Amino acid sequence: MARIDLDHIRHSYLPNPASPGDYALKEVNLTFEDGGAYALLGSSGCGKTTLLNIISGLLTPSEGELLFDGKSVTELSTEARNIAQVFQFPVVYDTMSVYDNLAFPLRNRGVPAAEVDQKVHEILRIIDLESKAKRKAQGLTADEKQKISLGRGLVRSDTNAILFDEPLTVIDPHMKWVLRSQLKHLHKQFGFTMVYVTHDQTEALTFADKVVVMYGGEVVQIGTPDELFRKPQHTFVGYFIGSPGMNVLPCEVDGSMARIGEHSVPLVCGLNPKKVARKTEVGIRPEFVKLGAAGEGLPLKVNAVEDIGRCRILRGEMEGVALNAIVGEGLSIPENPTALFDPAQTNLYADSWLVSEGA
Amino acid sequence: MEKTVNNKAWFMVLPVLVLVAFTAVIPLMTVVNYAFQDSFGNNQFFWAGIEWFQELLSSERFHDALGRNLIFSFTILAIEIPLGIGIALCMPKKGWGVPVCLVLMALPLLVPWNVVGTIWQVFGRVDIGLLGYFLNSLGINYNYTQDPVAAWATVIVMDVWHWTSLVVLLCYAGLVSIPEAYYQAARIDGASRWAVFRYIQLPKMHSVLLIGVLLRFMDSFMIYTEPFVVTGGGPGNSTTFLSIDLVKMAIGQFDLGPAAAMSLVYFLIILLFSWVFYTIMNNVGTEKKHYAGEE
Repeated sequence: MARIDLDHIRHSYLPNPASPGDYALKEVNLTFEDGGAYALLGSSGCGKTTLLNIISGLLTPSEGELLFDGKSVTELSTEARNIAQVFQFPVVYDTMSVYDNLAFPLRNRGVPAAEVDQKVHEILRIIDLESKAKRKAQGLTADEKQKISLGRGLVRSDTNAILFDEPLTVIDPHMKWVLRSQLKHLHKQFGFTMVYVTHDQTEALTFADKVVVMYGGEVVQIGTPDELFRKPQHTFVGYFIGSPGMNVLPCEVDGSMARIGEHSVPLVCGLNPKKVARKTEVGIRPEFVKLGAAGEGLPLKVNAVEDIGRCRILRGEMEGVALNAIVGEGLSIPENPTALFDPAQTNLYADSWLVSEGA
Repeated sequence: MEKTVNNKAWFMVLPVLVLVAFTAVIPLMTVVNYAFQDSFGNNQFFWAGIEWFQELLSSERFHDALGRNLIFSFTILAIEIPLGIGIALCMPKKGWGVPVCLVLMALPLLVPWNVVGTIWQVFGRVDIGLLGYFLNSLGINYNYTQDPVAAWATVIVMDVWHWTSLVVLLCYAGLVSIPEAYYQAARIDGASRWAVFRYIQLPKMHSVLLIGVLLRFMDSFMIYTEPFVVTGGGPGNSTTFLSIDLVKMAIGQFDLGPAAAMSLVYFLIILLFSWVFYTIMNNVGTEKKHYAGEE
């Protein structure tokens, strides 16, 4: 088990990267604390898997250093890093039995047979495949195979961290939930550092203590699920997390007011006059948009209302920009509704990044 | 549901039936017919019963040719299969090298069989052949027209040159279908190069290898053209395989009865071996199905 530091890591798949656009991973500085459960969240192609492969040593970063417990492992081979990785598609050695699959990493490292046997039985019990130990891995179900992939990581006592690369993609929805809670449980039991790559926000938010959101090869925010929800550092985070995502409306800032077209909303923070922003936006989560009667707030054109059981989602637009609101149970939607923004929950973004200075 | 009976449908199948009858069934029956009779010129036939078969099965000439065939087939399998796997493993998986290698590999397969024979016949000649001249100038006494060992070596090397590509291409197809994650997982598990081959690459090549073995066995067991062109079955009878012997008997000596009996036995031997291979392949398949059924 180890603390993992990524120090100025950059990676490009091109031999001679010139512009920032050539980098799949633009300068990442990140620390995974020992024993933490992290999720790397982002849309496809944002560099999540690249980052993961750099940690496991399947890729060597173009620039920067990787440290395990303060010691540089950038040049170490995958085998020497003692990392376990679970891939998107289950990898099992078809011709081996379930037992041999689990024993494989230990035997490769020359662990004595008695110890192998004891460890493998322990893992078989944990992943609940004791009854199938002697069967060939070929022909098991996808979730059983994925459990074996996971088991091969757990079986080693020297594992520094377990990396998951969208491990539940091919698993049935019901089994996803079961496996995820098993992972959570294993994390508590063993205390491994776990890094979980996913593009599914539910998976990320339920699994991890801390979520690392990536966008376009950069880390845009690291935080607890609550922080990501309340104070998205980047409009992408706001848009990506939450269902529906945060409303982002182009605006002009005038002191402590944001002007959206002909209307104004109050802000609790303002622009630093020394910084020039090309683009300013107001972000507010649909949860914090209240509906008012005509004349009370910003005029809202209602396009659709979706009833999702516990609440309703109002899909509307304002000045041609989409604006969603969540209407709680028991609340009615006025005839010609207007939108009221809660100033405490209204965030200001300059060039897509959150402005935190006071007004 | 009521099954529709439409006898007109048979007309659709008729051309195929006629074709198969003329190309396979009728010639085969003719051979069966000859095998039980003795023939003299002028279309005179006499019933011979199983005499030809008895004679054939106790004939030393047949035993020797059969023995040579088996030795030849198993020798080339023992060389071509490991060599083919080895070359396939060395071939690049991406980049400009892939089409280059594939074309190079496919070249020998595109050469007509008698041309392959001619190439090697000339190549191995002591007077004008590069190989023959070179070996002799090194002091190795190589002459495939006089020395049975040299003749065998030439025929085997020629077959390896001609057909290893097939095994390579089959194995390569198996190898490129392995997802990258398998190799990555093996690195993480600390697997050695040998373990990667034994537990990842070989299992993935398993089914194509069985097809390769089957094809190479059948083809090599029926080999005729190349050794006929190079050695003509000699020196002596040392490279006379069943097919060459059969042609000698049927066309050279015009012994239609014994030749027909030999054809049938030859055919049955190939059928038997193919059946054995087919059964092995099928067993592997049902094992898979068995597990899949439990899912």
